[in-house]
Amino acid sequence: MSDTAPPVEPEPAPSLAARFELYQRAGGIITPLLTAAFAFFVGGLVVLFVTGKSPIETYRAIFDGTGLNWFFPWVTGAERDLAALNLQQTLIVTTTLILCGLAVAFAFRCGLFNIGGQGQYIAGMITAAQVGIWLPDLARVPHMVLAAGAGALAGAIWAGIAGILKATVGAHEVISTIMLNWTALWIGTYLVGFGGPLQDPAQEFVPVMKEIAPSAKLNVFWGDPVAQGLHIGFFVAIAALVVFWIVLNRTTLGYEVRAVGFNPDAARYGGISVGRSYFIAMAISGAFAGLAGAVDVLGWLFRVDQTSVQVSSQIAFIGIAVALLGRNTSVGIFFSALLFGALYNGTSTRNLDPTVFQPELAGNLTLIIQGLVVLFVGADVLILYLWQARRKLRRRAPGAVARP
Amino acid sequence: MTVAEGALERTGLVGVDWAKLLGILSIALGAIAFWVALPPLTVRSMAVPIVIGLAGVGAGVLSWRGGHTRLGWTGVCIALLCTLFGAIATNATEAHLEVVITWSALTAATLRFATPLTFAAIGGLFSERSGVVNIGLEGMMLMGAFFGIYGADKTGSWVAGIFIGMLAGAAMGLVHAFFSIQLRSDQIVSGTAVNFLALGITGFIYIDTYGNEGTPSDLPQVPDVNLDWLGSIPPSGLGSYLERAFGGLNLLVWLALATVVLAYIVIFKTTVGLRIRSVGEHPRAADTVGISVYATRYAAVTASGALAALGGVYLSLGFVHSFTENMTAGRGFIALAALIFGKWKPFGALGAALLFGFASAVAPRLQNVEGWATYGTLFQALPYVLTLIAVAGVIGRSIPPAAIGRPYEKQ
Repeated sequence: MSDTAPPVEPEPAPSLAARFELYQRAGGIITPLLTAAFAFFVGGLVVLFVTGKSPIETYRAIFDGTGLNWFFPWVTGAERDLAALNLQQTLIVTTTLILCGLAVAFAFRCGLFNIGGQGQYIAGMITAAQVGIWLPDLARVPHMVLAAGAGALAGAIWAGIAGILKATVGAHEVISTIMLNWTALWIGTYLVGFGGPLQDPAQEFVPVMKEIAPSAKLNVFWGDPVAQGLHIGFFVAIAALVVFWIVLNRTTLGYEVRAVGFNPDAARYGGISVGRSYFIAMAISGAFAGLAGAVDVLGWLFRVDQTSVQVSSQIAFIGIAVALLGRNTSVGIFFSALLFGALYNGTSTRNLDPTVFQPELAGNLTLIIQGLVVLFVGADVLILYLWQARRKLRRRAPGAVARP
Repeated sequence: MTVAEGALERTGLVGVDWAKLLGILSIALGAIAFWVALPPLTVRSMAVPIVIGLAGVGAGVLSWRGGHTRLGWTGVCIALLCTLFGAIATNATEAHLEVVITWSALTAATLRFATPLTFAAIGGLFSERSGVVNIGLEGMMLMGAFFGIYGADKTGSWVAGIFIGMLAGAAMGLVHAFFSIQLRSDQIVSGTAVNFLALGITGFIYIDTYGNEGTPSDLPQVPDVNLDWLGSIPPSGLGSYLERAFGGLNLLVWLALATVVLAYIVIFKTTVGLRIRSVGEHPRAADTVGISVYATRYAAVTASGALAALGGVYLSLGFVHSFTENMTAGRGFIALAALIFGKWKPFGALGAALLFGFASAVAPRLQNVEGWATYGTLFQALPYVLTLIAVAGVIGRSIPPAAIGRPYEKQ
C-alpha cells in the first residue's frame, strides 16, 4: 500500500451466508465428501497409533452397530433382525439430528448463528410433554399434532427472544442464545426436578415428569412399539426438509431471508426489513429445534427426566456439525444427519462390540471426527484455493484432462 | 427544562451530574433493601425492605427523567428485584437464612467458582481485543483441565502440570489461530470445531490412559495459600471474617486476581496492548504503520488458549483434584458471556465472573435448606437472565472491538 493512499475503511467481510454461498459454488458435492473422508482417515490413524487396533476392523464394527448393513441383501437371519433393530435406533437419532441441523441451517441462511438449539430443544420437549400429559381424552391425531405443534411453538418463542434482541438492540445472537440455553437448562431442571411443579407426584424420589398419554404417542411404523421402534417422527423430519427447501427457495419470505443473509445492507437498501427477517429466521429456526424436542418425547422418550434435559446439549451441538457438513441444504442435511446419527449410534455402548473396540473410546473418536469435519468444512479458503489450483492446472494442460 | 432541573439551577449545583448519582443511589438502595433482611441484621418486618426498595425505585425513575435512561431503568429493575427478594427473605426463618448466608464462606466460595471463569474470560479478552472471536474457550479450558492432571500425574509435580496444561491450551489456540487467521475460516465455526476436537481428544486419551477407574487420587495438588494472620486483625469480627474468607484460598485463585491486574496493565498501558487493540479495531491502519496483523493475532489467540487452559488447570488440579469427561461443562461459554457482560474490560470481566461465581456459590447452600432445594436450581438461571438483560442493552451497550470476527487479508 503506498503512503499517499487515503485511509481505507476496513472492508466489511462477507457475511457467513455469503461465504457459504461462495463455498457452495466452489466444489459441488465433492468437498464435503473429501472432508468427511479425510476426517475418517485421521480417525483411523488415531485408532492405529494410539490404541494399536486395526482401523478397518474398528470401522466395520461401528458400521455393523449402525444397522446400515440391513441394506445389504446378503445379511440374513438373526443378523438381519439385529441390523433392523440397530437401524431403527440410528434413524431415531437421525430424525432428531435432521431437525436440529435444519434449525442451525435456517438461521445460517439469514447470516445468523443459532447456537441455542439446546434451549429451544428443551423448551419444545417440555412443552410437548406437558400437552401430551394434559388432554388425555383427545383423539390420537389431533393430540399428536397439538403436542408437536406446541413444542415447535415453544422453540420458536425461545429462539424468537434472541431474534427480537438482535432486531431491536443488535444483541449478538451467539451470546443471547448461549444465555437462553443455560436459562432453559436450569428452568427445565427445576421444572422436572425434585419438588418441581411438573414432577410426577406419584414418584416423589425420581426427578421425572409424568408419562404422556397414549393418545399423544407417535405411531411406530417399523419395529416393536414397546422396544423403541422407528416412529413416524422420521417422516416429520423428512417433511421438514421439504418445507425448509420450499420456504427458502419458493417463497418471498425465504428470498428475503437469503437476501439478508447474503448482504444485510444491500437487502435494507432493496426495501427488505432486516430486523423482521432476523426475527422470523430465528423463530423458524427455533421451531425446527423445538420440533426435534417434541418428536423425541412423543416418539420414544415418553417422559422427560433430568438426564434428557441435560443430554440435549450434545444433540444440539451435533446439529451444528450436521448443518455445516450438509452445507445448509436439504439434501446435504439429510445425508450428514444420517452419517452423524449412524456414528452416534454405532459407537454407543449398546451397539459397538467391546471386544473389537472400547465403545467409550469410540464415542470420543466420533467427537474428533466431528471436530475435524467442522474445522475443514469451515476452511473454505483452503478449499477454494485447492479448487482454483486444480482449474489452473487444467487450463495449463487442456489436452491432458478431459473437460466434463 | 423540567421542574427538577429548574430547581437544581437555582441551588447552584448544576455542575454535579445529579441524575447519575440518583441512578447509582437507586442501585445501592436496592442492594440495602435486600441486605437488611439477611443476617446479621435479619430485619423481620416486611415493611423495611419495601420502603427502602421503593425509595430506590423512585431514585431510579428520577434518574431516568434526568436523562440517564439506561442507568435509571437498571436502577428501577434492580431495586424492584431486590425489594421482592428482601420481602421474601423476611418471611424465611432465621435458622434457614443462616444456613445459606454465611458471608465468609460465601465470599470464599464465590472466589473459587469465579477463578476458572476469570482466567478464561481474560484469555478471551486477549483474543477478542485482537479481533478474533474465541468461542473455543470451552475446548481450550478442557484441554488445560485434562493435560494439567495428566502432566502432574506423569511428572509428579504440579508446577509441570500447570505448564503442560497451558501448553495444551496454547496448542488448541494455535489451531484456532491457524484456521481463523491464515485460512480465514469463519471464526465461530473454527471455534466450534476446537470445542469438538478438545472434547474428543481429552476424552479419548482419558479413557485410553485411566480407563473406567478415573484419575488416581494421590495426584500432586496446587497448594493453598495459608493466611492465618488475617484472623488477628482487629476488630475480631472483621478478623475472623477475613481469615475464613481469604485465609485458605488456592494459589491459583490469587493468581487469577493478579492476572486481571496484569491484563489491565498489558492491554491498556503497554505498547503490546496498544498493538493488540489497534489490530482489533482497525487492522488496515495497524498494517499501514508497520504492525504485523497476523503475528499480533497469532500471539493473542495463542496466549488466550494458554490462559483459558489455566482456568481448566485450576478446575482439575486446584479445585476438584480429578478429571472427568467434559468436566468444564460449559464454563468456557459462561466466561465468554462474562467477557461481554464486562464490556471487554479486565475488571468488568472479573466483576461478571464474580457475579456468576456468587450464583454458583449460593445455589448449593440453598439446596441444603429443607424445602428450598428446588429454588436452588432455579436460582442458577438468574445470572444468565441478568446477562441477557445486560446484553439487551439495559445496563449499557457492550461495544465489541470494531474488527471482531473479520478475517484480515493482506494487500
